[in-house]
Amino acid sequence: MRGLWRTWVAVIVAALASWALAAVPGAVAVPPMHALVTDLTATLTTGQQAALDTRLREFADRKGSQVAVLIVPTTAPEPIEAYSLRVVEQWKVGRRKVDDGVLLLVAKDDRAVRIEVGYGLEGALPDATAKRIISEVIVPRLRDGDFAGGIDAGVDRILRTIDGEPLPPPASPPEVPDLGRLAPILLLGPLVFGGMMRRLLGPLPGAGVVAAGVAALAWFLSGLWTLAAVAAVIAFFITAAGRGTGLGIGPFGGGAGGPGGFGGGGGGRFGGGGASGRW
Amino acid sequence: MRTFLLGLTMLVAAMLSSCGYNRLQAADEQVAAAWSEVLNQYQRRADLVPNLVNTVKGAAGFEQSTLTAVTEARARATSVQAGASLVNDPQAFARFESAQSELGSALSRLMVVVERYPDLKSNANFLELQAQLEGTENRIAVARMRYIEAVQQYNVLARSFPVNLTAKAFGMPLKSNFAVQDERQIARPPAVDLGFTPASGAAASR
Repeated sequence: MRGLWRTWVAVIVAALASWALAAVPGAVAVPPMHALVTDLTATLTTGQQAALDTRLREFADRKGSQVAVLIVPTTAPEPIEAYSLRVVEQWKVGRRKVDDGVLLLVAKDDRAVRIEVGYGLEGALPDATAKRIISEVIVPRLRDGDFAGGIDAGVDRILRTIDGEPLPPPASPPEVPDLGRLAPILLLGPLVFGGMMRRLLGPLPGAGVVAAGVAALAWFLSGLWTLAAVAAVIAFFITAAGRGTGLGIGPFGGGAGGPGGFGGGGGGRFGGGGASGRW
Repeated sequence: MRTFLLGLTMLVAAMLSSCGYNRLQAADEQVAAAWSEVLNQYQRRADLVPNLVNTVKGAAGFEQSTLTAVTEARARATSVQAGASLVNDPQAFARFESAQSELGSALSRLMVVVERYPDLKSNANFLELQAQLEGTENRIAVARMRYIEAVQQYNVLARSFPVNLTAKAFGMPLKSNFAVQDERQIARPPAVDLGFTPASGAAASR
């Protein structure tokens, strides 16, 4: 009986502790990521913000790695390191598996700045380099009140440092092909071979063969078995129904967001690399 | 006979998955991964110490006692056998933990003492080592936080019914976690930071 009681106390304590870990009371919330540059203090003018954002987005398109900038009034009661880690864990800056994201965080009223470096860039941008960028490039300008200049110059150094690092090239098609890109196979497969197979093997076996073929092709092209399964089901029904129209069109409507839309973070991971400085 | 064996295997497999065996194994693996990251970062810190001590030693008339304390703390910290099995042994875990925190406080004392030696603060080699140490302390904090989360998930799972029976049957004990007072330390910036602020100012104003 006493053992059971102790177990319960332990479970409750563990639950409370996990809750306490999840959120420091009164901690500053992480803002949603709508662009690569987020300024919650209205320090940068709209023009400066847009110019910086365009520059970072061009860099991400060319080199692949995402560099994000966030300016907040304060991170209190948390130290800037803890807040910065929460931001990158939520934003997931950088590409998945490559983990080549960087966050430049400025806490204006705390007079603190941090460069948070993703796992994949810890070699290109080691702590000592990040520290030098902060103490030699960013902090002197921020101390003079030149926020736009300091952030610009800091970003400039970060981009140049990353540029020297051989990274996997940016994926020209989106990394996960969507259903819309497979639409031609899905439609043409059943249309061209469907009728033939139906006549040769009967409606259901024919549909099965076509579905298997489409699934194999979809898997080969996308590498995703879930997508292949969906494609197979759709192809099966198109063929079995004996018509190539109607059924197929519906699901393929929406493609990925067009150019100009911001896709958010790419899924990069962080382990606390980087450096902080105060001014 | 073969169908019977096959059926038995499938039955056992079904029973194992319903009593949380697989989830327990997955959580166990998660803890092991988080723990090796903790060890990895502590090792990284230990590897930095000899360089740091050598650089600081070069400063004219540096306090010998502080350096000795760091060197001894490092020797103690690296002498604790820190394998993957440590997480299942609360006493060894506590020994490891106290040796590491001793090294941590010896290092932060060193960084405070360094403030009195302006030569060092303008030494590029030292500044680089200091940045590396700061970064490593932060990585240790992150690794510890992730380990704490992984252990919590595992322990809550291993204590809840009916998984606790599975855990007992397969001899999977609860994992040791870092003590609560340490969490507060994690929430604080590395103490080394305090020592660096004026240094970065000095470097920048030149």
